Amino acid sequence: MNAALGAARKPAPAAGSAAKTDPLAGLKPRLEVRNLNFFYGPKHALFDISLTVPINRVTALIGPSGCGKSTLLRTLNRMHETVKTSRLEGQILLDGESVLDQDVTRLRRRVGMVFQRPNPFPKSIFDNIAYGLRVNGYKGSISEAVEKSLRRAALWDEVKDALHKSAYALSGGQQQRLCIARALAVDPEVLLLDEPCSALDPISTAKIEELLFGLKEICTMVIVTHNMQQAARSSDLTAFMLEGHLVEFQTTEQLFTTPSDPRTEAYITGRFG
Amino acid sequence: MSAGPVPASRSFPKRLIQGDQVAHVITFVAAASILLIATLLVIILWDNSALPRAKFGLSFFTGRDWDPVNEIFGAAPFVYGTLVTSALSLVIGVPLGLGAAIFLAELAPAKISDALTFVIELLAAVPSVIYGLLGIFVVVPFVRTTLAPPLMHTLGAVPEIGFLFKGPCYGVSFLAAGLVLAIMIVPFIVSVSREVLLAVPTDQREAALALGSTRWESTWKVVVPFALPGVLGSVFLAMARALGETMAVTMVVGNVPEIRTSLLAPGYSIAAVIANEFTEATGDMYVQSLIELGLVLFLVTFILNGLARLLILFTSRRGGAA
Amino acid sequence: MSGWAGAGHRRFRKVISYAWLGATALCALLVVGVLFFILGSLVWKGGSDIDLNFFTQLPKPVGETGGGMANAIVGSIKLLFLASLVGIPIGVVGGIYMAEFGGRLSAFIIQYTADLLNGVPSIVIGLFTYSLIVIRMKHFSTLAGGFALGVMMIPITLRSTEQFLRSVPVTLREGAMALGASKWRTIVSVVVPAAYRGILTAILLALARVAGETAPLLFTALNNRYWSPGWNQPTASLPVMVFTYGISPYDDWQRQAWAAGLVLLGMVLLTNIIARAVLSRGISAPR
Repeated sequence: MNAALGAARKPAPAAGSAAKTDPLAGLKPRLEVRNLNFFYGPKHALFDISLTVPINRVTALIGPSGCGKSTLLRTLNRMHETVKTSRLEGQILLDGESVLDQDVTRLRRRVGMVFQRPNPFPKSIFDNIAYGLRVNGYKGSISEAVEKSLRRAALWDEVKDALHKSAYALSGGQQQRLCIARALAVDPEVLLLDEPCSALDPISTAKIEELLFGLKEICTMVIVTHNMQQAARSSDLTAFMLEGHLVEFQTTEQLFTTPSDPRTEAYITGRFG
Repeated sequence: MSAGPVPASRSFPKRLIQGDQVAHVITFVAAASILLIATLLVIILWDNSALPRAKFGLSFFTGRDWDPVNEIFGAAPFVYGTLVTSALSLVIGVPLGLGAAIFLAELAPAKISDALTFVIELLAAVPSVIYGLLGIFVVVPFVRTTLAPPLMHTLGAVPEIGFLFKGPCYGVSFLAAGLVLAIMIVPFIVSVSREVLLAVPTDQREAALALGSTRWESTWKVVVPFALPGVLGSVFLAMARALGETMAVTMVVGNVPEIRTSLLAPGYSIAAVIANEFTEATGDMYVQSLIELGLVLFLVTFILNGLARLLILFTSRRGGAA
Repeated sequence: MSGWAGAGHRRFRKVISYAWLGATALCALLVVGVLFFILGSLVWKGGSDIDLNFFTQLPKPVGETGGGMANAIVGSIKLLFLASLVGIPIGVVGGIYMAEFGGRLSAFIIQYTADLLNGVPSIVIGLFTYSLIVIRMKHFSTLAGGFALGVMMIPITLRSTEQFLRSVPVTLREGAMALGASKWRTIVSVVVPAAYRGILTAILLALARVAGETAPLLFTALNNRYWSPGWNQPTASLPVMVFTYGISPYDDWQRQAWAAGLVLLGMVLLTNIIARAVLSRGISAPR
């Protein structure tokens, strides 16, 4: 499927601005955020953010709570529009095409999202996965697609005999993997994860991290986390944010070993809360 | 909706096709039908009561003669009866309802409180015609044989208030109507008051208890005053309900269009006269006089309900903020 | 030097406290007792008159014993059907607007008006329907009665639908929208199904409420001693039968009124209990 999608897509233009050191060398951009400013009513929440998310990599957004990382994540598939007083200036490109111009339902099919707390619908496991396929008018076999997504989310073996039971019967970790499977079912090009493990126990967290690592092959991921170990373990690139500003964007290895900004260093060595 | 750059492809027609705007418009029309009904109600009642307004003006409410044959319509007996029965129901119902609400909110264990509240909510669901039925066959005989005679002999002899309890009493009376109405409004007082009492922050109770108050002192001197606007709101709600109650009053009040001071005497009420005479009313003036009474009933209950909602809103906000 | 009141005073305050608290318990018992008294009276006075005839026969003229209220039962069912046609769609769809689309001001105005409309005496709704429909059709009819009850159902259904929709967690809406569902699709396929028990409860409670209404029917559906074919004739209904038979001077009719009252109250209370049972099984996790 990836080949098919890739063939249909135009080659993306190269990343615009050059960073201090270029963590993106040799990588094709999937999402480009350009000079993004964001407001909640009168409150300026994001300041002039520019960030490029490369294809088939995991990009982590870290920073202390309230730094705007979740807000930035939500602008990427325009979930910020659920807040009526919000206002956005700047540009966000998905494969070179503005996300602000395109039909929002199409955009969200292409850019999926997994939330902080598992939020399965009060439907059966099967119907949860099939939901996105149905609303987006999927033409193929729904049950095959459901099985494929559940396998990708490493949940198939646990639920294959209970597909028509309520999703609420699953454990928290299983519910979150179900939500990942639900997001994967519609073949998103990008998957946004907003602190996906914050409500889970360590074993479930480990399972999900492992899962995300394997998913790199099929989609680009952006993960917001307050857990630096998680960022270090599971991401390729990491952006550090502070008070609405993007402070530093590096390969994960570089950011955690030789941060170039003193504020980043202060944060990763634990001098911020 | 976010502002910022809004390109042409997100224009209104596009979103219309997408369905969200269609859904928005359709659901709005359904919701706005509430406003339409309220407006139509006022307009229709107003238009259809023009004749008596032109002929009698405000004297419609002070005139004591209700004479359909000669087309003289004075609604004072109905207004009087409505006020007396409602006031009586509040005098009986408010202490009873408030007491029950205090018990449910402050004293009873949660499980018992929930069970009793459920029963009281069922009581609120009993159709008014059933209350009327019990009114005729239980309350009226009770008033005639058991309640009225001792009242006449004791309170009736007291100089200042004796006029309220003059006989004879045939059972159908203001008192009977007041009793039935009291029972009908109590569930409303209980359920709303219980909620506003429960919304009083726990620290208020604890502060009073920590100062050495007894349980009752903390309830009566701290919790109830804190919730007072909401309790008052529940009383207004109950009053609106009592003023507009039709069937039960019609069945027990006696339906005599006269102004009598004794509570043991029969009377009439606004809602009851509409219910009894509307289908038989002949001539526009007669029909429109009844509709004007309906309009008055509508406006009075509308205002009372409005006040009640504001008071309840105020109290629950305060409880939430504290 | 000021002192404190002694043990006697404390004891006195405690006794007062217990006395008042006891009084409030008595109030609660009294109020709760009323329901059982009502039920008991109805069963005692009406129970023995409920037989098969009650449900299958037409009323008999004064003086002849027997007969039933089949026409009133059917009439009530027809009226409730019409009321549902008016009240349920408008109420539920309007409730969706309030919870999902309404701006702060528009939602507040409609909420407030709905609450006020809910408190309007039902006899006024009867006058309204008479002036709006009966005068124009020039005769009383089942249609007019059903409309009056439907108008009463709208604010009740709207407000409670709104409340149940609001209790659906935001995360469910976000989950659906993040999958590319449009807003209305999210509402129809996720939000409403998640709240459907609540909405069902709301509908049942609204039906139970208008099922017992008498005043709005007095000059819309009127009454009828015979079957009411179609929708254009006046029709009998249970509550109006309880009223007219209850205030009649005939012993037979009064007994019938008790029986009809018992059937009516039974239906209303049962609907209430079912509605609450539906709700208590949870609103968000259907199995």
